[in-house]
Amino acid sequence: MLKDITMGQYFPGNSPVHRMDPRTKLLLLVGYIVALFTAENLLSYLVVFAFLAITIAISTIPLKSIVSGMKPLVMILVFTGILNIFFTTGEKIAVRFWVITIYWEGIVRAAFMMARILLLITGTFLLTYTTSPIALTDGLESLLGPMKKLRMPVHELAMMMCIALRFIPTLIEETDRIMSAQKARGADFESGNLIQRVKALVPILVPLFISAFRRADELAVAMECRCYHGGDGRTKMKLLRYHLLDFKAFAAGVFMIGAVVALRILGL
Amino acid sequence: MAAILEVKNLQHTYSPNTPFGHIALRDVSFQVQRGEFIGVIGHTGSGKSTLMQHLNGLLKPDGGQVLLDGKDIWSDKAFTRQCRFRVGLVFQYPEYQLFEETVYKDIAFGPKNMGLKPEEVDRRVKEAAAFVGITEQQLEASPFDLSGGQKRRVAIAGVIAMEPEILILDEPAAGLDPEGREEILSNINAYRKAKNATIMMVTHSMTDVARLADRLLVMNDARLVMDGTPGEVFDRADELVQMGLDIPDITRVFIKLRAMGLDVPQVYTIEQAVQALTSLKGGHSDA
Repeated sequence: MLKDITMGQYFPGNSPVHRMDPRTKLLLLVGYIVALFTAENLLSYLVVFAFLAITIAISTIPLKSIVSGMKPLVMILVFTGILNIFFTTGEKIAVRFWVITIYWEGIVRAAFMMARILLLITGTFLLTYTTSPIALTDGLESLLGPMKKLRMPVHELAMMMCIALRFIPTLIEETDRIMSAQKARGADFESGNLIQRVKALVPILVPLFISAFRRADELAVAMECRCYHGGDGRTKMKLLRYHLLDFKAFAAGVFMIGAVVALRILGL
Repeated sequence: MAAILEVKNLQHTYSPNTPFGHIALRDVSFQVQRGEFIGVIGHTGSGKSTLMQHLNGLLKPDGGQVLLDGKDIWSDKAFTRQCRFRVGLVFQYPEYQLFEETVYKDIAFGPKNMGLKPEEVDRRVKEAAAFVGITEQQLEASPFDLSGGQKRRVAIAGVIAMEPEILILDEPAAGLDPEGREEILSNINAYRKAKNATIMMVTHSMTDVARLADRLLVMNDARLVMDGTPGEVFDRADELVQMGLDIPDITRVFIKLRAMGLDVPQVYTIEQAVQALTSLKGGHSDA
């Protein structure tokens, strides 16, 4: 069922990873991604992997949810793997048949690329799994704060993101409901050729769009009623502050990045 | 008479194995006879809607069975699909599922999916529209130009047009004004009488079920806790109140009267109340 999609959902909890300042998590994620793209050999990948594994262990997010969140990405992973296997040339030939030649370099590269994508996405998911959308946008707004001087509408962007994130589960639920209602009238989404299937989506998409617009309208009125007028002079209920935990996390992150960079320079 | 619909030890859990998982139905069993009008009551989150979605095969039970005419609705794919047509389900706020350009086309969606001939579809659309009081003129209008109450009626007609033997409605009158309520409820009753259909109606209005239903099912905390005539159920007023449910206004008035020492029976409709009071008055004048 649609409701069981865990991608990007927030799992409430009280682990150190949950309690961390969202800014710390965002910065660490940036550092993590940099490290991931700096890594170029097995050992440095292992360092990044270890960092992620430890974070997951601390976060107490069940491994099952993380794995099930990955399911929609299997196609991308397979595609990446195949492209890299077939289109990388090298010196050592692994398999050769008809016009296709597969090199060992291709296999190694495919493995590394797939590992990189997997680590990248799991890391990003971990951020949304452990950070509520509100905390996330607060953190983002605060980190982008300096950009306000360049007249960038930071608060508005953060608010838009917050609303978008907030409505993902609502719209999923709505889609589920509309699908059920049309199924109850005998709509069939699972059989037929491509054109028939696309046509079968009309009874879902039309009501979904109408309800999305209606919700947007209602939300705008509700915000207006509460005198929302953008970010100027707005104070926060939850002030973001770095704690000891955040400094520890930063230390771990710096150590991880340092290790990866060192491994690259040493060429190990 | 064999039951048209039988629910046996139904069990359902939402999002199992996640932090959001919760049990929505525990060991629910009951039988439905042809032509009955059943009211389903229970406070929000008690599992009513989940139960209703099992009856036409929208949700698959984790345990137990739903039998339609004695056959498990999940026994084969074709039968499950057939069940969707034989057991019509009208969701809460059904007007949000309208999508076609005209009212006619929207009502015809269900019958068309059944694979009926165009003439038969046409007959059913017109008949369903008549049941809910949609005029010929309105049939050619866009459903989005109608008022809220009219949209609701179009949506209900969309299910009635499939001519289900069992019509299930999840709060069909929610959010309507008293007049709209009254009309929708009498439309539903008209359909029941014309087709000898079975009606199951989920509602929060005790006054409505007391007046319309032959039988009440009370859900509480994922379980079926009461199953009986309105009289039997409203006799247990204390328990209902404890579950956070209401009792009909007139029943409450009479309970108060009894507490004040007046010798009146338990009633749950206005008619019964009038009768009781008239006989009471008659008794006094005789004395």
